[in-house]
Amino acid sequence: MRLWSFNGGLPALAEHKNHSSPIVIEKAPVPSTLIYPLRQHIGSPANALVTVGEHVLRGQKIAEADGFVSAPIHASSSGVVSDISEQLFPHPSGLSCQSISIKTDGLDQEVELPSHADFRQLSTLELVNIVHDAGIVGLGGAAFPTSIKIDNHNHDWNIHTLILNGAECEPYISCDNSLLMERAQCITEGIEILLFMLGAKKAILAIEDHAELTFAHLTKVFSDHNNEAIQVAQVPTIYPTGGEKQLIQTLTGREVPSGKIPANIGIVCINIGTIYAIQQAVVKGKALTSRIVTVTGDGVSTPKNLEVRIGTPISQLIDVCHGYTQQAERLIAGGPMMGFALSSDEIPLIKASNCVLVASKEEVVTHKQAMPCIRCGECASVCPASLLPQQLYWHSRSDQLDKAASFNLLDCIECGSCDIACPSHIPLVQHFRYAKSMLKTQQHEKQLSDTARLRFEAREARIARDKAERAEKSRKKKAALKSKPTKKDVDTTVANTNIPSSEV
Amino acid sequence: MQFSTSSGPFISPQNSIQRIMLWVLIALVPGSITMIWQFGYGVLFNIIICVGTAIMAEALMLACRGRPIVPTLMDFSAVVTGLLLALALPTIAPWWIPFIGAIIAIIITKHLYGGLGYNPFNPAMVAFAVLIVSFPKSMTVWALPAALIPDGVSVSSLVSIVFSPLSDNAPLQSLLDGITAATPLDQMKTQLNLNLTVQEVQTDQIFSSLAGEGWQWVAIAYFIGGMTLIAKRIIGWQIPLGVLLGLFACSMFTYLLEPSSAPSPLFHLLSGGAMLGAFFIATDPVTASTTVKGRFIFGLLIGLLTYIIRTWGGYPEGIAFAVILINMAVPLIDQYTQPRVYGQK
Amino acid sequence: MSFFSLILLFALLGALLGYAAIRFKVKGNPIVDQIDALLPQTQCGQCSFPGCKPYAQAIANGEAKINQCPPGGDAGIAAIADLLGIEPLPLNEENGVKKEKMLAFIDEQTCIGCKLCIQACPVDAILGAPKQMHTIIESECTGCELCIPPCPVECITMQPIAKTIPLWTWEKPSTPNQGKLS
Repeated sequence: MRLWSFNGGLPALAEHKNHSSPIVIEKAPVPSTLIYPLRQHIGSPANALVTVGEHVLRGQKIAEADGFVSAPIHASSSGVVSDISEQLFPHPSGLSCQSISIKTDGLDQEVELPSHADFRQLSTLELVNIVHDAGIVGLGGAAFPTSIKIDNHNHDWNIHTLILNGAECEPYISCDNSLLMERAQCITEGIEILLFMLGAKKAILAIEDHAELTFAHLTKVFSDHNNEAIQVAQVPTIYPTGGEKQLIQTLTGREVPSGKIPANIGIVCINIGTIYAIQQAVVKGKALTSRIVTVTGDGVSTPKNLEVRIGTPISQLIDVCHGYTQQAERLIAGGPMMGFALSSDEIPLIKASNCVLVASKEEVVTHKQAMPCIRCGECASVCPASLLPQQLYWHSRSDQLDKAASFNLLDCIECGSCDIACPSHIPLVQHFRYAKSMLKTQQHEKQLSDTARLRFEAREARIARDKAERAEKSRKKKAALKSKPTKKDVDTTVANTNIPSSEV
Repeated sequence: MQFSTSSGPFISPQNSIQRIMLWVLIALVPGSITMIWQFGYGVLFNIIICVGTAIMAEALMLACRGRPIVPTLMDFSAVVTGLLLALALPTIAPWWIPFIGAIIAIIITKHLYGGLGYNPFNPAMVAFAVLIVSFPKSMTVWALPAALIPDGVSVSSLVSIVFSPLSDNAPLQSLLDGITAATPLDQMKTQLNLNLTVQEVQTDQIFSSLAGEGWQWVAIAYFIGGMTLIAKRIIGWQIPLGVLLGLFACSMFTYLLEPSSAPSPLFHLLSGGAMLGAFFIATDPVTASTTVKGRFIFGLLIGLLTYIIRTWGGYPEGIAFAVILINMAVPLIDQYTQPRVYGQK
Repeated sequence: MSFFSLILLFALLGALLGYAAIRFKVKGNPIVDQIDALLPQTQCGQCSFPGCKPYAQAIANGEAKINQCPPGGDAGIAAIADLLGIEPLPLNEENGVKKEKMLAFIDEQTCIGCKLCIQACPVDAILGAPKQMHTIIESECTGCELCIPPCPVECITMQPIAKTIPLWTWEKPSTPNQGKLS
């Protein structure tokens, strides 16, 4: 299969792949408490449907989607709602958000939802609604509501290619690989469902070329399945091949235009975990209540790939992996490149959690002393978006946000390649994140000030209009008074008309 | 269990300034040793004085600026600057030449502009330029290559030359006359101006099969060191290729037109500071262009300007001035060689 | 001969310039609108002008310096300086300092429904009617504090904006040993 390449990238990260946990899935037990932050996806947070004390079953909707870009949340096991309050959740800010807590009853009873053995009997709109109602969001980490991504009804996308993202380019993470090894049949069915929904001509499942076992297994499964439209492709093990834009460029040679989505060039890119969830929802009628998570790092005794109920506190997963080691230094949600540190292991797993990395001191860089930039250009040579991180750095640092934006700061995918390549150990990604959030704040403030200006001008206009109306009224009144007869005239008139004195 | 937090990415970077500088030093070893072997211990004195002064000047400036001294010195950037300057200086120079040179390079060209990463001009080359303009006589005392001094030069006489007081000293002068000569580039330029042909000039003993006697081995040693740096991905291939290509193209053009009055491209590439400049001096990341295309253009312009200065300029060797002048053009080169961003037209 | 041709040339050019001045005349002063676009529209009057547009007008006329606006802060001054091509000045702290934006809040227990604050608010951000409870429309309040003096029962206070997830921003990484650039 013909492959293209993207600019830059870090091939050297391949050596960290050895740390991967074994690619077999172990089922984690249902914990005693499940916590559901209402912000688990891109878009508006969900609205709680249940109240404290209510009994819920597995697969029951406990929070409804709010608006178009949102997704519902379902309980992952049966039990009683014990609390709805602000709790810590996986977010780099360390802030809390409104969360529903469920105390499980150990019975794990499920709610019966309609299943569809033959999905081709359904219309695409019905399928989209199934995906939406199952609460499926992008499980690769972005958590974008999937139903919007695959709903072609109100758009004129001509989807010709479906890409299944099994590249998993970040070191340590192997949850998608383990899913491909153990549940390839379900995934193949999921691919068929999506090909049917999108009307696409072909599907390419991409995995990295170091995953030889997975490649062999998938080749066999696909040849047994015998649909020529579905192929597996091996992409080079370069970080960040798994980034959507880079994967599209590698597999098709095309670039997603800046500010547009892949659907605009006829491509839809779905994560392996998501496609599995879609198959489970359509064929088995199961809502999104569990996912595969890689628990790894030198800080856990036994790294594993676990099938976990969404809402499980991370501490429970560590127990399944036989606890922390002496060297446990950092708890990271996500991989070592794009993950962020968590302050506590009581924080629950959300839909987007694909990896829990407990890093040891050797593995994590706690404090790098930044030296001045020596303008070596290594950052530009590894940037997968062909940006000039050096220029972005100079302008972000001096708060010249407009200049940073003119160097295409908003096209940065925050992969962290430039950070690793920099010999001066400058925290480049942090600078870019700061600059981007400052730009967002600036835009927000501009919006507010524009609205304020409009309201001010409207108020001024209203006051001026009122004034003018009053002036006009009083002018008319004065004019009317002038033309009316005066009191003296009235007396004379009265005197000249013989009205009986009693009526005067 | 509670954890402390920090920002990602959480992988230790492979590269560091220290690693880059150490590799540059390693790559300069073959060239330095060849230089010392061919041109005597004067080069060693230059190196010691230059590097020592550079380190002390850097420490002094860091103390004045309130920066941490030892951690910053440990990035070895001052050592590299000192060594490069020492290798560019005349091989029998009075002690105060490398001393003043190192001070100009570190204090004026580097720290007064803001320190590492902020200087617009190459420190070693600025120091060289200042020295050659200020002390033209002392900067033209080049030793004869070892092959042409059968008895060698004793260390003691060398010490007396290098550390002699500034005034003219007659016995020293006669000693110097015996062991010094013009460089091949200098000789070629002056003789060509006297309307000799290239072939006639090359009959002189200081010329050898490829280029200058002794100089050709030094150039080859720098070439090997430079290729090591490229193989280790310390420097890119764009700048060295640009410089050598620029020089080669210009000299090949004139050589083909008039072989008798233009030296061959091989002579140009293996003489003077061409190899040192191409692989070690022009590739200084702080002062070179930052974009990939820009680097090639940067190198090409340096090669071109070096040829122009060598042939029609006032000095026999043009690398130093060429590098400084094209350093000035870097912001413009960067502006017009920006890569096309993913997703943009 | 050349004298006459020169006179003719000058006359032609003068006519052309006159025509262009009339034909392409721009209504109003665009520079005022451009300056106003850079002001924060708080309409607070701290600059000693009755609103942002009058201040922009004054800057355009050269009657006011560009550093009188505290809500705009140094960033605002820099933007105006950039637009006009002049040197930025430090903020004139006699008018006030750049504070974190705060929103007005009416204590409903104390409010008497007198309408005085509603009349004072330059952007109609207070909802209410005579003898009815007044309340601040949080999304429209600019934090100008003009409602506080008129209130006869002093029931209006300024509250900082709650840090929620949508408003959270990344912190700027520290740059040790680097010194200031500007």
